[in-house]
Amino acid sequence: MLDTLQTFETPEGVELGLKLAGPAPRAIAWSIDFVLKLVLLVMSLVLLGLGGVGSAAQAIVYFAVLWLYNVLFEMFTNGATPGKKLMGLRVVNTNGTPVGWGGSVLRNLVRFVDMLPVLYGFGILATLLNQRFQRLGDIAANTVVVYQSPPSPPATATSEAAEPLRVPLSVADQRWILAYSERGSRLSKERLVELAEVLEPVTGKRGEEAADRLSAHGNWLAGRS
Amino acid sequence: MKQEAFEERYRAQWESVERWLDTAESRTKSRRDADWRSLAAEFPERYRQVCQHLALARSRGYSPALEDRLNRLALRGHRQLYQPRVRALRAVVQFIAFGFPSATRAHWQFMLASTLLFFGPLAAMTAAIAIEPTLAYSALDAPTLHNIEAMYAEDAEHFGIERGSGGDFEMFGYYLFNNTTIGLRTIAGGVLGGLGSLFFLLFNGFYIGAVAGHLTQAGLGGNFWPFVVGHGSLELTAIVISGGAGLRLGYAMWAPGQRRRSHALTDAARAVLPLIFGAALMFVLAAVVEAFWSSTVWLPAATKYAVGALLWLLVGLYFARMGRLHGS
Repeated sequence: MLDTLQTFETPEGVELGLKLAGPAPRAIAWSIDFVLKLVLLVMSLVLLGLGGVGSAAQAIVYFAVLWLYNVLFEMFTNGATPGKKLMGLRVVNTNGTPVGWGGSVLRNLVRFVDMLPVLYGFGILATLLNQRFQRLGDIAANTVVVYQSPPSPPATATSEAAEPLRVPLSVADQRWILAYSERGSRLSKERLVELAEVLEPVTGKRGEEAADRLSAHGNWLAGRS
Repeated sequence: MKQEAFEERYRAQWESVERWLDTAESRTKSRRDADWRSLAAEFPERYRQVCQHLALARSRGYSPALEDRLNRLALRGHRQLYQPRVRALRAVVQFIAFGFPSATRAHWQFMLASTLLFFGPLAAMTAAIAIEPTLAYSALDAPTLHNIEAMYAEDAEHFGIERGSGGDFEMFGYYLFNNTTIGLRTIAGGVLGGLGSLFFLLFNGFYIGAVAGHLTQAGLGGNFWPFVVGHGSLELTAIVISGGAGLRLGYAMWAPGQRRRSHALTDAARAVLPLIFGAALMFVLAAVVEAFWSSTVWLPAATKYAVGALLWLLVGLYFARMGRLHGS
């Protein structure tokens, strides 16, 4: 299946899934951070007015914004710079654990090469050639950028009725029917009917009846009755 | 068991794990709470139950929504249980006393190559300009050379008169930014098959050699050499270490062994991590020495040479002897 879901197995023997983020949302997150960094740098210019110590402080702020901004945010705000947070992204190790100092330093050090030759040329090329959307820095640090998915809205069944399935179906097929009944409240009536009619051999109905029958099958599969 | 009954039975348990995780992930909620602490002891067991429920939900074909919820819960639990535990102070001491010098020795082939690539051009350029002074003008343009001459001239603001401490601080910020940036770029450039590191090593070797050769020729060596001898021990060594780390990264791209190149790069990056932290630390120290020691003008050159020699000796001993196991 063409999907951006990255799975890894935990020591407990279950597979967990991470939703990988591609170049586009990351570029937007980077732009937000870029603006924030610019604001910080412009604000730091005030320090120049304070004479020698001030200009030293300004050089240190400049250094921190260039080399430490990403590392510090990734370490102290759950792997997300402000831009990433706004885009719902975060940096984790490829095994799903939070990124550590070493990983964060590596990925942001190699950022210098990812930015070459212009506009993150190497970085974007690497993300497009890599199955996990890793830029060179991510490959070196063994990290990935993933979505911090918001919880999906609670499942609500469209109808109360429960109807046993008459046809034997595989577990995977049963899950599609379950998903259909749980997503019912978020789809338009026409779309529900359209989807349900695909399964005419299972429901034996057409039109709105097919939609109701399929939801009822879903309720039955979920044990709601 | 039907999904509804399954959810009914375990819902309370999942919610309690969720609440526990909310507190664990939050920076503001208190973790001193006695309830939360007593649950912390049970957390590994509860997390494993969630994993089991997730596996059950999958094998029994429960709905994607339920699986999604359990997956998210297990993911959050996984993050809490397997997060690295950091003992900062101990880690730093151990790193300086053992990790950094032994990691440097472990990569001695790359350090040797880096030393030759950096000090080779440096010495060659200095020697060449001693023989043929006009060579300096082929390496650097005239305005640059005049600026550099002005910096070390007898009547220069930096040398002829004592700079105020404000000036020292100002130079500290400047050195910190410039030198560290050059060093870190030398390491990062290794990802390009080592070419970036190679470029920065050669370039800086030739550049520093040209400056040193030219100043010596112009009769300003008496100002220049005492100035650089102190912090040079830290700074030049840090450049060599940065270059060695970069070459190690580049080597992984050319000779990945029985691995994918990306895996070889990941492994090499992990191996050179101590060198990155160590080199950065040395650049910071070098900036301190450069701004607050090297720039003082009231000290006689002999003192500066003596302290410089001592620093070189200490740096050499540090990398040769520190962090070895007894008897090795």
